[in-house]
Amino acid sequence: MEPLVKIDGLVAPMDRANVDTDAIIPKQYLKSIKKSGFGPTLFDELRYLDSGEPGQDHSLRPLNPDFVLNLPRYQGAQVLLARENFGCGSSREHAPWALRDFGFRVIVAPSFADIFYNNSLKNGLLPIVLDADEVDRLFEEVALTDGYRLTVDVAAQTITTPLNQSFSFNLDVFRKHCLLNGLDEIGTTLEHAEEIKAYEKQRMQDAPWLFQDFN
Amino acid sequence: MSQTLYDKLWQSHVVRDEGDGTALLYIDRHLVHEVTSPQAFEGLREANRPVWRIATNLAVADHNVPTTNRENGIEDPISRLQVETLDANCAQYGITEFDMMDSRQGIVHVIGPEQGATLPGMTVVCGDSHTSTHGALATLAFGIGTSEVEHVLATQCVLQQKAKNMRINVIGELAAGVTGKDLVLAIIGNIGTAGGTGCAIEFSGSVVRTMSMEQRMSMCNMAIEAGARSGMVGVDDITIDYLKGRPYAPHGDLWDKAVENWRNLVSDEDSIFDKEIEMDASDLEPQVTWGTSPEMVCSISGTVPDPKNAEDAVKSEAWQRALDYMGLEANMLISDIRPDKVFIGSCTNSRIEDLRAAAAVVEGKQVAGSISQALVVPGSGLVMRQAESEGLDKIFLDAGFEWREPGCSMCLAMNADRLEPGERCASTSNRNFEGRQGYGGRTHLVSPAMAAAAAIAGHFTDICGS
Ligand code: SF4
Repeated sequence: MEPLVKIDGLVAPMDRANVDTDAIIPKQYLKSIKKSGFGPTLFDELRYLDSGEPGQDHSLRPLNPDFVLNLPRYQGAQVLLARENFGCGSSREHAPWALRDFGFRVIVAPSFADIFYNNSLKNGLLPIVLDADEVDRLFEEVALTDGYRLTVDVAAQTITTPLNQSFSFNLDVFRKHCLLNGLDEIGTTLEHAEEIKAYEKQRMQDAPWLFQDFN
Repeated sequence: MSQTLYDKLWQSHVVRDEGDGTALLYIDRHLVHEVTSPQAFEGLREANRPVWRIATNLAVADHNVPTTNRENGIEDPISRLQVETLDANCAQYGITEFDMMDSRQGIVHVIGPEQGATLPGMTVVCGDSHTSTHGALATLAFGIGTSEVEHVLATQCVLQQKAKNMRINVIGELAAGVTGKDLVLAIIGNIGTAGGTGCAIEFSGSVVRTMSMEQRMSMCNMAIEAGARSGMVGVDDITIDYLKGRPYAPHGDLWDKAVENWRNLVSDEDSIFDKEIEMDASDLEPQVTWGTSPEMVCSISGTVPDPKNAEDAVKSEAWQRALDYMGLEANMLISDIRPDKVFIGSCTNSRIEDLRAAAAVVEGKQVAGSISQALVVPGSGLVMRQAESEGLDKIFLDAGFEWREPGCSMCLAMNADRLEPGERCASTSNRNFEGRQGYGGRTHLVSPAMAAAAAIAGHFTDICGS
């Protein structure tokens, strides 16, 4: 997993509540055998004027000119500003995969759906919860300022606006450690590789019949 | 201190105790199939990580494979790609795979025990909820998600929260024609689909002790339908006899040592369970589900329940919705329900004993004219050939059944075998959810003998003959 220490990212606003995982990535794309490549179909139904199918060349599809992520001023955004209960619905891990693949590293919202929140952190995407009025203020500022960027400092747990206002946010110690060091759950488990090897060695002595592997 | 079987299995696999009830558990056997593994392998490649212990993984394609004319390949391009991706991933990482044309291919939960790849005392995982099946061999076996599949491939471990201990003690004696499948359906009807939530269930008692491994597997298979991630049965002579001589079971001195160790894989006399249920199975009749959840189940001599008699409004509504979906009337006799199709197969009931029980009912008779299709799908290539050597295929074919090649088939309709909207099926599988066997399809879960009897009679019927 790519570490997330500090980013200074362009902000795109998504001004609607209860964005569910079906809106983030519709079910027809779940048949994919891949974990990557979901970026072009992120928010598929909002983003395009037609209905998409897996395996299609999405660059040829008609874009919805009114959808916020299609506006020229938000191209290259890394921070998504969102409303309450973002990521509700099914537990599909494809939702954070799609947001990451599109280029987002941070989502700021007043609240997130529980499973989505956990799945995001497992995949190097940082969901940040701010108070509703702080989020309101950010929405206003983004609308007024072209090229509006936010600086997110994971170690300090702060978000800073171009006008140098700072908000702090909560982050669990273990998750923070993982993000800063680019460790996913596998990465953190592998920090204990020596313990796993020691266990394995002992087990091989105690129960050798479990180590007659396939040939 | 005395320990339960689950405690023993858990404790012997803790690599690291995280202190909050969570532990890093070592995984002895990882079974892999085509549906839940592709993203896990891709994740490994992206992070440039090797597989920790290649030779303990066993892969097989089962969910998407066709059950006829396999040599022509898979028609549906998406199914084909999933299966080809499994082949490619196994080839790249050097993982043993029984591919679609391998004579040992079959449903992942049938081939593990059959090959001796599942051994007592192991932790067994697979990206599939019915991994609980393997607990019949006194293993700690549970299903995992795709992220965890990747985690196991990369680290040979999973992070787990310890479950509570639950024991279901079944005493008495099963009547002829009543099987482990009927028993587990009755248990789920009793405790509900959330009755085992947060627990590891151990099945015990005189009834379980005299059951064949096949029936124990049917029971553990459905532990997940009772809400438990794992079901298990302690080791006894039946377990050991079943494993002796299996291809991947130990041989010679190692076998003797292993057996000595396995004898200890039972709950200690005075061990304490968080939840305990006792049940006398002597009066148990064959079971038939009437609704859209495995807990909606009834004895063959019973009637479809009336939503008016439900304990509360929520339940009453759920029953009514189920009856509407199933196209059934309250208070009608279970034996008046007439299936359109019959499916004998799935990881619950596709082993040799299941096929023998069904064939015994079918022998010399004909499938009723009202049945549009009756399928027998053996659980593995080895089961298929064993059945053929006993002439069971002929019995089924003569009666008007179709004899298919092994796979998940109509259990979840991911391949071409499925129900059409409104069609009713007597099925030996494990889930009767809406749409499970095909959009709009109606599933009645039963034992193999009951499915066979329904095929002959055209309706459910009391196979105990009493
Ligand atoms: S037979 Fe059915 S329940 Fe069993 S593994 Fe296959 S799809 Fe799942």
